[in-house]
Amino acid sequence: MADAMISVNGLTVVYGSHRVLDNVNLDIQQGEVMVLLGGSGSGKSTMLRHIVGLERPTAGTVRVRGVDINRCSANELKAIRRTMGVAFQEAALFNSMSVEENVGLPMHELTTLADPIIEIMTYVKLAAVGLGGAGKLLPQELSGGMKKRAAVARATALDPEILVFDEPSAGLDPIVAAGLDELILFLKRAFHMTMLVVTHELASAFRIADRVAMLYKGSLIAVDTKESFQKSTHPRIRQFLDRLPDPIVESTAVQERFRELAGMAGEKV
Amino acid sequence: MKILEAIGGGVTRGLAYVGGLTMQFWSGLCASPKVLPVLGKRERWRTAIRQMAVIGVDALPMVGIMSVCAGFILAMQTGAELRRFGALQYVMDVIAVGFTRELGPLLTAFVVSGRSGSAISAEIGTMVVTSEIDALRTMALDPIEFVLAPKCVAAMIAVPCLSIMSNAFGILAGSGFMYISTRITLAMYLRYVANSIVMRDVFTGLLKSLVFAAIIVNVGCLEGFRVRGGPDAVGRAATSAVVWSTFFVILADVFFTAIFYMVP
Repeated sequence: MADAMISVNGLTVVYGSHRVLDNVNLDIQQGEVMVLLGGSGSGKSTMLRHIVGLERPTAGTVRVRGVDINRCSANELKAIRRTMGVAFQEAALFNSMSVEENVGLPMHELTTLADPIIEIMTYVKLAAVGLGGAGKLLPQELSGGMKKRAAVARATALDPEILVFDEPSAGLDPIVAAGLDELILFLKRAFHMTMLVVTHELASAFRIADRVAMLYKGSLIAVDTKESFQKSTHPRIRQFLDRLPDPIVESTAVQERFRELAGMAGEKV
Repeated sequence: MKILEAIGGGVTRGLAYVGGLTMQFWSGLCASPKVLPVLGKRERWRTAIRQMAVIGVDALPMVGIMSVCAGFILAMQTGAELRRFGALQYVMDVIAVGFTRELGPLLTAFVVSGRSGSAISAEIGTMVVTSEIDALRTMALDPIEFVLAPKCVAAMIAVPCLSIMSNAFGILAGSGFMYISTRITLAMYLRYVANSIVMRDVFTGLLKSLVFAAIIVNVGCLEGFRVRGGPDAVGRAATSAVVWSTFFVILADVFFTAIFYMVP
């Protein structure tokens, strides 16, 4: 197999006594859409933050295009980051800037393009996400879906090879969420980008994914094609796919705590 | 043992805070040329000019009112004592020297700390909470260069200017007192004050202003960058920014006053 675009090896993250990620290994190939699934608190967002180099792991490595982003020089990291676009869950648009200023910012800061060229490029990026007419608006004047699309436009401003999405469909109605799925597929088809999408929306995941990885309590329990993943018999994966809830009162610890609160600690019921 | 642990923990946290502040100040200093006209980027310089308006021009009415009040209070308090010795004219010396050396820069620092120090920490704290700082980093942009450096350059230009205005307002307030109590005209008052003012005092006052500006911006930014959690953390950061910047301004004032006292 060709060298992976993103390669995560033995990634372990410990905060205090809490092991958030435990020896995670994952390869993402060039041009594929990898969807990282997992329940709340499974470590998805932590893994994403380590893959884009926002945090340093306790152990393990993250390689992007063969470069270890935690051991490379500042200039190498800068070069790597120029090839990555990140669309954050809350969009993270700069509120003091208009939408077009947000999208044009990476071009102004990191290229030597002339202002008129940047203006045209910005319009192209906004038009590609269906926001051609919203350039002059401020982020607070946009709807949730528009904000996310503006964030995608900004993430693609420098034509990155890798796009990372954190919960792209979270908080959106099904129609807007479906629109974002189509946008991700369009970007993949048009620009052959490698994409990592962190989500817990199953419909969205199976629409856009080439492969699916699933995190459970900090460990990867599956990395597979979406077809094989859907047929998995792993109990946790089945529970996730079949939307089965955890028992609300499941442990003796909870019952013991109830007894303590009722002043019946140690008594046998 | 618990008391010792608490003291040790407090000292360690304090040293870590000062260390973080020093490292951030150094990074900001290194990034400052990128904000300057000709040397730096046009967008940064524009941001710095906008910040100068916010930190300097918008604070002028408050600095003016406080300086006039402080000038009048100083004149009345010293006048009441000096009148007993028939030395009321020395009120003018006290006001001239007091404002240029001390009160002008200090009052300005307090106003800027309350207005801009808290605003800076709240702005950056909100940027942290809404992942805007993370977005900058993932775009290969340095938050220190992008956020801190323009504010720092702006404050280091605006605060000394405000300080000069504070001196002027305070000294003019003294003329009001002198006219009421001794019928000294404004022209006579200004002539007397001009003779009392020593350029060394003006420069030491401006030097203090420069240091106070750097302290206020860096403490505000550090408190903002340290925000973790939600909106309540932003509020706490804004409060901490005012408290710590006022504390460090007073410490720096003591340090510089001691140096200028020892060096004749």
